[in-house]
Amino acid sequence: MKTRSQNFWSNAPRYVVLTALAVLFVLPFYLIVRNALMTDAQITAPGWIWLPPSPHWENFRALFDDHDNQMRTGLINSAVIAVVTLVFQTLFSSMAGYALARIPARGSGFVFGLVLATLMIPGAVTFVPAFAVMAYLGGVNTQWGVIAPGLFSAFSIFLFRQFYLRFPAEIEEAGRLDGLGYFGVYWHLLLPNSTSIMTALGVLTFIGSWNSFLWPLVIGQDPSSWTVQVVLSTFLTAQTMHLAQLFAAVAVAVLPLIVVFLVMQRSIVEGATFSGGKE
Amino acid sequence: MAVTAPLSKIKTAAPARPRPKPGANLAFWAFVAPSLIGLIVFTLVPIGWGFLLSLSHAQNTIHPGHYVGLRNYTDMLTDEAFLRSLVTMVLYSLFIVPLTWGMSLGLALLVDKAGWGKSFWRTVFFIPSAVSYVVASLIWRISLFNGLSFGFANHLLAPFGIHPIAWVGTVDPPWYWLVLVTVRLWLQVGFYMIIFIAGLQEIPKSLYEAAAVDGAAPGWQTLRYITLPQLRNTSFSVLMLNLIAAFQAFDEFYNILGGGGQSAGNASLARPPLVYLYSTALGDQDFGRGAAGAFILTALICAVTLIPGKLFGLGRADK
Repeated sequence: MKTRSQNFWSNAPRYVVLTALAVLFVLPFYLIVRNALMTDAQITAPGWIWLPPSPHWENFRALFDDHDNQMRTGLINSAVIAVVTLVFQTLFSSMAGYALARIPARGSGFVFGLVLATLMIPGAVTFVPAFAVMAYLGGVNTQWGVIAPGLFSAFSIFLFRQFYLRFPAEIEEAGRLDGLGYFGVYWHLLLPNSTSIMTALGVLTFIGSWNSFLWPLVIGQDPSSWTVQVVLSTFLTAQTMHLAQLFAAVAVAVLPLIVVFLVMQRSIVEGATFSGGKE
Repeated sequence: MAVTAPLSKIKTAAPARPRPKPGANLAFWAFVAPSLIGLIVFTLVPIGWGFLLSLSHAQNTIHPGHYVGLRNYTDMLTDEAFLRSLVTMVLYSLFIVPLTWGMSLGLALLVDKAGWGKSFWRTVFFIPSAVSYVVASLIWRISLFNGLSFGFANHLLAPFGIHPIAWVGTVDPPWYWLVLVTVRLWLQVGFYMIIFIAGLQEIPKSLYEAAAVDGAAPGWQTLRYITLPQLRNTSFSVLMLNLIAAFQAFDEFYNILGGGGQSAGNASLARPPLVYLYSTALGDQDFGRGAAGAFILTALICAVTLIPGKLFGLGRADK
């Protein structure tokens, strides 16, 4: 039998490698925080300043006081879009998943085939014709135009169907005996029992929505409908942006997600493995 | 139900499919209605519309109608810039897909066997997948790989007597591929690591015990003959997810090499298909050619994702 200390020392190379990699992975976060809390002069100084001598919190105030940038609008737009997408995509997908898994009806096979067909189509590729349809519907430069396509996800429907297929039939039968209809079974039995998968997929949906770029860029041609990601992207071509302010903006855009991530990590891991093709 | 029902009518096991109850049809359509309408309006209609557009001369208009047959397709397939974008996509995939696979598998093996601080390591490598491509592009372009002396990479290289490298900041920049590949690696390696860790935990311990009894050396031999074969399905789905994502690369190319819709400058150095389609459809307002290009790209993605599965019978869950 090995003792604990022997075990640790035989594993030492592993920890050396892990530590080196961890430093590399944390580096970009370090750069965000460092740059967001320094002055432009300190950032561009010839020698590298490892830590802000005194944190310049005023960068954040300057960011929101500066009316030349759309940061405030972008944050509000992104928050609204991500929350609405999270709530309704989860609701619609779980409803359809339940119907496909649990309600024997004519046309069920046809609808499922349609969902599978949509699943095959790579999302980003359809943005050109989807823009044309959205322009026809009058959704360009509107919030609902950015939101609408994201409310319907063949992939989520597919995953919910998988989940409800494995749901024990006895519970449903018991509910039926108590006189619940299809709607009642869904509302009183399945929904309360699928909080774990809803949270897991919901967090991924929220993060994906907050971080998406191509569709909001295409639809939001007017600054009032820009999301945070589009606003950040415009900073790259802006001439008047201060470096420190830019990184304060990056920090503001990333921070909510890091908090969500750390709090919900267990769910995210579950969602990632569930949707990663393991099931 | 009568008590004297024949035996054959009495079900002993639970029915595989519950018999329809009254109102089943109505309930079914009510439950699928929102998703069905949404998928039709925002996926199927655009595909039909896009198909008509791709057969039309649609310059500055989103309406099909001026039909020109397959001219948009032949235009796109003889358009040097579009072909170059497809080559860019393939070359990029050849780098990013195997690298991501190897690194995420390596990280998974390192983290999975780490007795001490396992969840800490997992979190550190997984967190970047919550960061957006736009944010990462900003960090890479403006701080990490800034072409001036205050960029972090240049600062680290300075002691070795290396003058500041321009990275992506000049005309004809050097090493821009390093910037583009590392940004995506940082963003997605942790996500695939999680999938591999889940795969590793599914491998029965008894296999390793049997191998030890048979005298297999722990390390390379067990990895080669047990771990990798057992991870076949996981590897396949990681490679496929990765490839589909690489074929649709947009965000970091748009933001690191240009942005702001400029077709000149560095954007043309490495322009993946989606960036080119974006400038064709929304920059030049040529929706006919944009739609045709989108269909060509979709066909390529479908071919690449379906053929391996058919050839090797992989990707189907045989659990």
